[in-house]
Amino acid sequence: MNLPSPESSTATIPNGIASPHDFLNREFTVALIGNPNTGKSTLFNRLAGMNAQVGNYPGVTVEKKVGRFHVEKQAITLVDLPGTYSLSPRSADEMVSVNVLLNKQPDLNPLDAVICIVDATHLQRNFYLFSQLLDVGLPLVLVLNMWDEVERQELRIDCQELERRVGVPVVPISARRGKGLDELKSALLRLLQSHSRTSMLRDRLELFPEAFQQARRELAAEVTLQSGQVFPEYLAERLLLDVNGETEREVLAHHQLPPGVLDRKRAWLAEQECPVPAIEPRVRYGWARMVLQGIVIEPKTRPDTRYDQLDWLLTHRFLGPLVFAAIMLLMFQAIYLGAQPLMSSIEYAQGYVADVVVSVMPSGPLRSLIVDGAIAGVGAVVVFLPQIAILFLFIAMLEDCGYMARAAYIMDCVMTKFGLSGKSFVPLMSSYACAIPGIMATRTIENPQDRLATILVAPLMSCSARLPVYILMINAFIPDDTVFGAWLSLRALVLFMFYFVGALVAIPVAWTLKKTWLRGEPAPFAMELPGFKWPGSRVVFARVRDRSAEFLTNAGTLIFVTTILVWAAGYFPGDHTELHRLETRIEQWDLAPDAPELEQLQQDRRDHSTRLLNESFLGQAGHLIEPIVSPLGWDWRIGMAVISSFPAREVVIGTLGTIFSLGGDIDESDTRLMDRLKAARHPDGRPLFNIPVALSVMVFFALCAQCAATLMVMRQETRSWKWPLFSFTYMTTLAYLAALVVYQTGMALGSLN
Amino acid sequence: MTTLNELRPGKTAVITGIEGTDAVAMRLMELGLFEGERISMQGMAPLGDPREYSVCGCRVSLRKSETQRVYIQPQG
Repeated sequence: MNLPSPESSTATIPNGIASPHDFLNREFTVALIGNPNTGKSTLFNRLAGMNAQVGNYPGVTVEKKVGRFHVEKQAITLVDLPGTYSLSPRSADEMVSVNVLLNKQPDLNPLDAVICIVDATHLQRNFYLFSQLLDVGLPLVLVLNMWDEVERQELRIDCQELERRVGVPVVPISARRGKGLDELKSALLRLLQSHSRTSMLRDRLELFPEAFQQARRELAAEVTLQSGQVFPEYLAERLLLDVNGETEREVLAHHQLPPGVLDRKRAWLAEQECPVPAIEPRVRYGWARMVLQGIVIEPKTRPDTRYDQLDWLLTHRFLGPLVFAAIMLLMFQAIYLGAQPLMSSIEYAQGYVADVVVSVMPSGPLRSLIVDGAIAGVGAVVVFLPQIAILFLFIAMLEDCGYMARAAYIMDCVMTKFGLSGKSFVPLMSSYACAIPGIMATRTIENPQDRLATILVAPLMSCSARLPVYILMINAFIPDDTVFGAWLSLRALVLFMFYFVGALVAIPVAWTLKKTWLRGEPAPFAMELPGFKWPGSRVVFARVRDRSAEFLTNAGTLIFVTTILVWAAGYFPGDHTELHRLETRIEQWDLAPDAPELEQLQQDRRDHSTRLLNESFLGQAGHLIEPIVSPLGWDWRIGMAVISSFPAREVVIGTLGTIFSLGGDIDESDTRLMDRLKAARHPDGRPLFNIPVALSVMVFFALCAQCAATLMVMRQETRSWKWPLFSFTYMTTLAYLAALVVYQTGMALGSLN
Repeated sequence: MTTLNELRPGKTAVITGIEGTDAVAMRLMELGLFEGERISMQGMAPLGDPREYSVCGCRVSLRKSETQRVYIQPQG
């Protein structure tokens, strides 16, 4: 193991510069890779975040993020690879990075270079992955990120000497502060221009002992002979090192290797004092220590890093959980109080638009479609945008500052009690925003049983789409009181409790699953607790903006279409001539506003619209299902609204808006859905809603699997329809039973008082 | 032999080896737990498991079952 001499490292420096048009008329493709928590996403956003496209690699669940940027008119495509500690693939997902690096990923152009980003304050650990990348052999730039932190901690890093020793360009940057980016771009451009298309491969920096090199060469030659295609030496290296790894599975699936050849080679390597797999960390860390010897000089007394005390508090045995609960409570208070003024202005605007439409259009089906269908439906959903934005603001900040891993650490002991691990905690926590990213985040759980159990309970977590239902019901039917003195609002407390209903139910569900179908040992937990940092405003605001836009797009498409369908089902086939005549007369009323005739007209209009809704297609279907939902305290209108929200639960607000607007229980000018619900009556005149009914609706929404997109993602992740079907069945059954118990208990308690 | 499990909060040790060659052992090594590295214990989660350690300048969280596979030489 020798350090490369300055002579040998010249292989990476220009050796025959390509002619200008050779690179100017083609686009380069560059991959970005690094350990988790090295600021990789921040760098990606800085370089190419403006026009990033996010998709999926075919057949796996790895997010494919590709962006573009220019350096001196040269277009460069940047591929963001998932954060990883090592390039030894243990699963098909981890294999994607290796395939991209070896140009074996068919949906991407071959790579021209790789940017390896490392945390400059933790060079040794990060050099494990860096040394693997050197083995791949592509042109490489080493980016030392967090240079501001290096300066703050008074570390001294000799970049020039490091560059000489590792044989690739080294650029110090601070991605968060946007410093060093120009230097990085020009270093990258120089690297790209110095390699002509035919000589893309660097001279390999050889770390492994001769015996290992020999075994690797022989194995590569053997597979090449068997398959007739050149087998990269890097894959041969992985094939030898990763016992039962993904490379082994993939190679054995495609090529006939002589039986036992791998075992024989590994046994021989063990005799040569290269035991697999321990040889790899030994070689790589040995190399890292040697390369970094004398490069990093730490100050005599390392200043106590600013966030050590914060870490002490947040991971403290007793104080940690308290802080966790306090943060959650604060989040719900903020959702409540912060969104209130914005909600009122949206409601005001919605009412204004409806009034304008009513005043300029004559009464008729088209006006009813616009006012009762589109405005009442979509407006009722858009009102919840402020809450969604605040929720994502909190989640993005907690993720970006490094708190989520601490939460997993604190919660691990609790999670193991019902068979999961702290690693399930972060996916479940993100399911509080939306189950879809939550289910996708389960990819970090190595143990397949744990992963499946987490996927199956993730939709029980109270996602942001449930928030509008809770807020609507709470605002309409829970008294605006305070508890515990005067500092906590009763409504915020109820909301807080509903956020725990799903989690409480998830405990026995996960426990049962792990005791029955998904038995297995608990998964390894070893994970990094990333250093604290102030959440980056760019990353956080990009998150909030994307999620809010997604919510509005939903409101604009799926919810819009559903509300129009519900409006049509509730409008037809009745004859509305008489109703429109009444409406026109009321609107053109120019006599005294308190005349008894006007009161009579209003009463007639209400009777008419109620009768028309009752006789509509929606009403007919609703009366069919009424016997099923009446034990839950619902009438046919609530039942139909709930059924129409099975594709996506947030639709229910829109359909409730439309149904109760068509029914016309109250004056049309009052557009607030909440007031319409309060005014809704049973045919015998009793109020439709009371606290037990509201709670029964909320509990149903807390537990039911009303999200087609989640079920689709579940199918994609588990590669079977069995699990989404299972989820749908168990969740809907649970939801019905829980709503039944809540309503019946609530009514029984009510009659006792 | 002493394992990491026996290291008290606030104390430091040098890692002398990791038991096993499976995915857990490899993960520990990728996280920077490797022979010759200094490791110190930072604290424990509410029920005493998992625990927080500082190694290679990073904070890592390990379960008891994982610390039992890390052999150490305690320092002072």
